[in-house]
Parts: sequence; structure tokens; C-alpha cells
Amino acid sequence: MGYYILKRLLAMIPTLLGVAVLIFLLLRVIPGDVVEARYLTQGSQFQSQDLMDQERQKLGLDKPLWKQFTAWMGGLAHLDFGLSMWTSAPITEEIKLRFALSLQLALMASTIATCLAIPLGILAAIKQDTWIDYAVRVFTIAGLATPSFWLGTLMILGMLIIFKWVPPMMFTPLWVNPWDNLALLIWPALAVGYRYCAVGTRMMRSTMLEVLREDYIRTARAKGLWLKLILTRHALKNAILPVLTVISMEFAFLLGGLVVTEQVFNLNGLGMLFVEAISHRDYTLTQALVMLVATFFLVINFAVDIAYAWLDPRIHYR
Amino acid sequence: MAASAQTLEELARHAEPRWPWLAAVANFARRRPLGAVGAGLVLLTAALAATAHLVAPYDPLANDYGAMLAAPSAAHWLGTDAFGRDVLSRIIYGSRTALTVGLGASFLGASLGSLIGVTSAYFRGRVDLLVQRVMDVFFAFPVIVLALAVVAILGTGAGNVILAIATPMVPRCARVVRASALAVREMPYVDAARASGFRHQRIILRHMLPNVMAPILIMATAFLGEAILLEASLSFLGLGVQEPTAAWGLMLRGAAVEFAESAPWMAIFPGLAISLAVFGFNLFGDSLRDALDPRLRTQ
Repeated sequence: MGYYILKRLLAMIPTLLGVAVLIFLLLRVIPGDVVEARYLTQGSQFQSQDLMDQERQKLGLDKPLWKQFTAWMGGLAHLDFGLSMWTSAPITEEIKLRFALSLQLALMASTIATCLAIPLGILAAIKQDTWIDYAVRVFTIAGLATPSFWLGTLMILGMLIIFKWVPPMMFTPLWVNPWDNLALLIWPALAVGYRYCAVGTRMMRSTMLEVLREDYIRTARAKGLWLKLILTRHALKNAILPVLTVISMEFAFLLGGLVVTEQVFNLNGLGMLFVEAISHRDYTLTQALVMLVATFFLVINFAVDIAYAWLDPRIHYR
Repeated sequence: MAASAQTLEELARHAEPRWPWLAAVANFARRRPLGAVGAGLVLLTAALAATAHLVAPYDPLANDYGAMLAAPSAAHWLGTDAFGRDVLSRIIYGSRTALTVGLGASFLGASLGSLIGVTSAYFRGRVDLLVQRVMDVFFAFPVIVLALAVVAILGTGAGNVILAIATPMVPRCARVVRASALAVREMPYVDAARASGFRHQRIILRHMLPNVMAPILIMATAFLGEAILLEASLSFLGLGVQEPTAAWGLMLRGAAVEFAESAPWMAIFPGLAISLAVFGFNLFGDSLRDALDPRLRTQ
């Protein structure tokens, strides 16, 4: 097991290297760079070429690509992300608060989703092809079909029209004012959580259906075991693993993928930072963000695999 | 004797449905009512898209400055937007954008992905390993960044949006199809084809691909709904198709948010259109999967 963990951790390195090369090249293929982006926003396209070249030299953009890449890699090797090309502030400072916000939102959404998905999925499976099953399925398929940004807009609109109340529009960290923080984040968490819960419920239902047809369940029922006991002791334990996978994969996605929902609720999370960084052609910031989200994804993937081995004694990794 | 033979023939004729495909549809509807509702919604969307120029009451681009932000009425069933354009007409025309991008992206993503998956499974060994590592990289890459980068490089417009949405779908489809193709690879007929000296290309396209069609079909229908959603998100961010084209995500942007309180119809109806269309595709795709995957079939 120890050997397996080591092997998996080492296997992350080439994948991360691939991600690094991909984002590095992609950014340089996008037309324009940070210097041009800045002058365009200042409205003076007629800057002298000299000035722009000086600016590029300062940022190291005049060096050959391989030098820029090795410099970046060298920094990453001792966890130095460098400075943002747009604001010149350290990237760790730029990311810190936004990461906290995105992480909290993702955690809240996944709590809501998990608490709903597991019972709903089991219920739909044991009542297969009854109106309960149909209702749960319609609820979940609707969840997959509703854009969370639209759901968010409807929520804000509903509160505005019915209660004449708008959620606070300024983000306050949890440790400063928990009430304001939750009053703001609960709505996007619900809007995102609905879709998330739908994904989990569907997986729970289908794995449960599969497990319930196994022989050992029939045996358990035949010897007259209490249904609740069969479900929790025999069925759930075997059906929960794929649900765990989809829930953690969605979680990894939530961290950097909530661009539109963040825009609707006026939240400054990682998603919005991505859009800003790319439109500013802020190479260093975009690269750091991509590496952060990719690492997060790989670590969660890894954690799920370890959890599999831990929860299912039949699985042995070598 | 003669009389009974006639009745037998009559009976046989009665047992035989007069409209075989109609009977099949009725059978599908009876056994999978949810799937039938989904198919109905899909057909409705497709019909609206095909006949938009006939059904839409107004030109989707025509401004009526006398009726800006007008509430739903007999003249404008779903109201008008900030430029006095009829919301219903724009929703009907928007189905064209949604279907074009949805079908295009899911077809492109699923076909490219399955080709990569089958090829990787067929060659195994080093090729497979390399393809898997490259797919891992794309997996770890944030979807939205991939889409943003494609749009930033190629520019906006329907064709580029299709490409942007299809790109993240390729590795996902490749992974699923590869898993099925690995099993097909072990089938005797693949060995037979190799022994007959067929070229790799022919074995992959003619022998292996048709036998992994079920997972491909399932993936493609699942992608369709997702692609429509993603297109709406990109348009909403201003990175999809551009004004004044009628697109559902675009209709939810800008003025729809600004005037949400005084003109909520602008924010409600286009979103409803997205949800209903994707809902239909998902319901249909779900029933299709149940029908194609015998393990989940009701006993």
C-alpha cells in the first residue's frame, strides 16, 4: 500500500508537467499580451513601440520561450508563484481570499448535495418504477437541465419581489462575520447544489438498483432480515463507492468552474479570477491558477482511490 | 373448415399492427412514459428550430421602439426586451443556435473522442499509454479555461463555440469508449480480421467502432444537453455567439439582469427554454440508456 501511494504521487508529476506545458503554450498562442492589454484599456493604442518593448523586457516577455518556461518551473519547484503581470502583487496574495471563498462555496454546495443525494437515491431505487421514483427522477433530471446561473437569477429575483430583500453583495470572510457570510453564500450554494445533488442522486439510484439485484441481497431478504438493516449494512456499503467518486469529481470541478454563478451573485471567486486573468493576458496568474486547480483535481482523484481501498477490502493496490 | 381458416387469417391480421412503427412508438411511450415526454420535447425543439421563420410571430431582430420592455400581452405573448424585440420570437429563433451548437459539439466531441478511444485500445502498449497520459492532462485541465482559451484564440462565433465546447468532451468520451473497446479487442473476430491481413484503419473503423456504438450513443446524448448548457453559459459571459443573434444564454445577459425587477419576463422565459430543451434531451437520453443497458432494465 505504501508503495502504491508513492507510485501514485510520483505519477502526478508528469501529468502536472503536461498541464504546465499546455497552459504555457495556450496562453502564448492567444493573440496579444499583458502589455497590449494594459494600453488598450488605457485607451491609448498609439504607445511608442519602445515603451512597450521596455515594459516587455521588465516582465521577461522578450526572452525565448524555453527560458521563460524554465524560469517558471524553477520558481514552482520551490513553491514560488511569482508576481502577477497585471497588478505586480504576489500571486499568493491575489489568490488567497478568492480561494477561501471558492473553497467555502464548494464545501457548502457539496454538503447540501450529499445530504440530499444519498437518501433520495436510495428511496428512488427501492421504490423503482413507482410515482416516488418518477418524482425523484424528474426532480434530478430537471436539476441537470437547469442552468445554475439562471436558478441564481430567479432566487435573487424571487427574494427581491416577494421579500423586498437582497442578499448582501459584499463578501465578508466567515471568521469576520459568520452571519453575513452565510447569508450571502447560502444562495449560490443552493443554486449550485441542486445540480450537484442531481448528479449524486442519479448515481446513487443506479448503483443501488444494481446492488439490490445481487444474490446476497436476495439471501438476506429470504432469511427475513429487517429491510433497513439490509439497506444500510449490505446494500449501501457496496453501492456508495461510485457515488463517492462523482461527488468528489464534482467538488474538484466546483473549485474553478463556477464562473457564471459567481458573476450572477457578484462573488469574487477563482472562476471570475480565471476570466479576468485570461482577458488581461496575465500569464503568470493564469498559469498559477491552472496549476492550483489541476493539482487539486489530481489530489482529490488520488484521495478517492485510497478511500476505495480503505472502504472496499476486496480492492488491493500494488 | 373454410370459415375457420378465414377467421384465423383475420385474427393474424388483427394481431399484426397496421402501422408497425406507430405501434413501436406507442409501445415505447407505454413502457417509458418519461422517455416519451423527453422525445416529445426534443421533437418540439427540433420542429421550432426548423420552422422558426414560419412560426415566430415577429422578426427576432426587429426593434419596436414603441414597445420597449413591454409586459406580456396579446401582441407580445412573452413581452419584449430592452430594444423592443419580441421575446417569444427570439426564443424560437434561439432554438436554432442551441441545436446547431449542441448537435455540432456533441457530434464532434463524441466522434473524435471515440476514434481516439478505439484506436488507443486497438494498438495497446506504448500508443495506449501515451494517449492515456495525454488524456490525463486534459482531464486535470479546468474545463472553463480550455473553453475560454479556444474562444480567445479563435474568436467568438458559432463554429468556434462548437470547437470550444467539444474540446473538453473528447477526453471524457475517449476514456469511456476505450474501456468498452478493450473488451471488443479480445473478440475472435478482431483476431480473424487481423489474420486476414486487413489494414489497421479498416479493423478500427469497420470492426471495432460499430461494436462500441452503444456507449458512444449514450455519451453523445448526454453531451447534447450539456453542450446546450455550456453554450448558454458561454453566451452569458459574452464569449459565445454575439448580439444581435438570437441565443438563449445571450438573452439572459445584460439588460435581463439590469431590468430584472421591472421586466422579469426577460430573465424568466429564455432560462425556461434552456431548461425545457435540456430536460427533454436528458429524459430521452436516460430512457435510451435504460433501453440499451440491459443491466438496469426493470425486471
